[in-house]
Amino acid sequence: MKAKIVVTPKKAVLDPQGKAVQNALEHMGYKGISAVHVGKYLEIELTGDKETARRQIDEACHKLLSNPVIEDYHFELE
Amino acid sequence: MNFAVLQFPASNCDQDAVHILRNVLGHSARLVWHKEASLGDTDAVIIPGGFSYGDYLRTGAIARFSPIMQAVQNFAGQGGPVLGICNGFQILCEAGMLPGALIRNRSLQFRCEHVFLKTKSNDSPFTNQIPADKLLRIPIAHGEGCYFADETTLARLDASQQVLWHYVNAKGEPTEQSNPNGSLQNIAGICNESRNVAGLMPHPERAGEGLLGSADGRLIFESLIHYLESKAQPASGPRT
Repeated sequence: MKAKIVVTPKKAVLDPQGKAVQNALEHMGYKGISAVHVGKYLEIELTGDKETARRQIDEACHKLLSNPVIEDYHFELE
Repeated sequence: MNFAVLQFPASNCDQDAVHILRNVLGHSARLVWHKEASLGDTDAVIIPGGFSYGDYLRTGAIARFSPIMQAVQNFAGQGGPVLGICNGFQILCEAGMLPGALIRNRSLQFRCEHVFLKTKSNDSPFTNQIPADKLLRIPIAHGEGCYFADETTLARLDASQQVLWHYVNAKGEPTEQSNPNGSLQNIAGICNESRNVAGLMPHPERAGEGLLGSADGRLIFESLIHYLESKAQPASGPRT
């Protein structure tokens, strides 16, 4: 099975990368862009039962894959 | 005094730290590889700058799980002083040994230049020898040095005087222009609540001799040495 994990900067955290991308998109002529947030996407392939996998991935997200001080995460298993 | 300077894959300021401690200040300093489980006979730990594990995932994120970091946590838990410089500061924040986090510089640029630091609190093992009105001229070299913490944490840092250094201009004012990375409240370095663990983004080990353009960084290491020596030989106790 595969875990698809998305890590994004928390709303309160400065996101200069998102701001730079937003500026670039505006320079390119795209209209109506109110915000851009740059995060990370991870795929983890793993075996075992789904419940255990969910628990393990959640723990790994909390301990290593994201930093709860500055980032949020969500994931799905498929 | 015996210093342990940690060495991770891609640490690159480890030798500078050993040099200032050993050759400039005349103390014993040895490198401790990150895979070791023990610090050995150590009075203080320095976590040096660099790009541990290539900064993969987040700066300091992987290094904090190195075997030696468990020993550092235990050492700090018993009151042993730990100083994290640049990547070392990032590692200490990732490990939860210091509050907050270091994120991408607001300018998105890697900044490599000399800055001025004002010492906010002299009440720590890392600042006790720094004269109150002395500005430290010390180099920075980082891309992810923007200090971030939520408002509750910032208020707590302020209330318990855990902010040790601010970025300031040559007049000692914490202006936006003197802030090289966008750190909240111009924060350059902090300590934990027990005051024995500290981290800062600037590199005091690169400012230890006149030859290097500034010797101001010495004051931070001399503070630490003074702290260790006075602890080993309390002023009120009998001297032999």
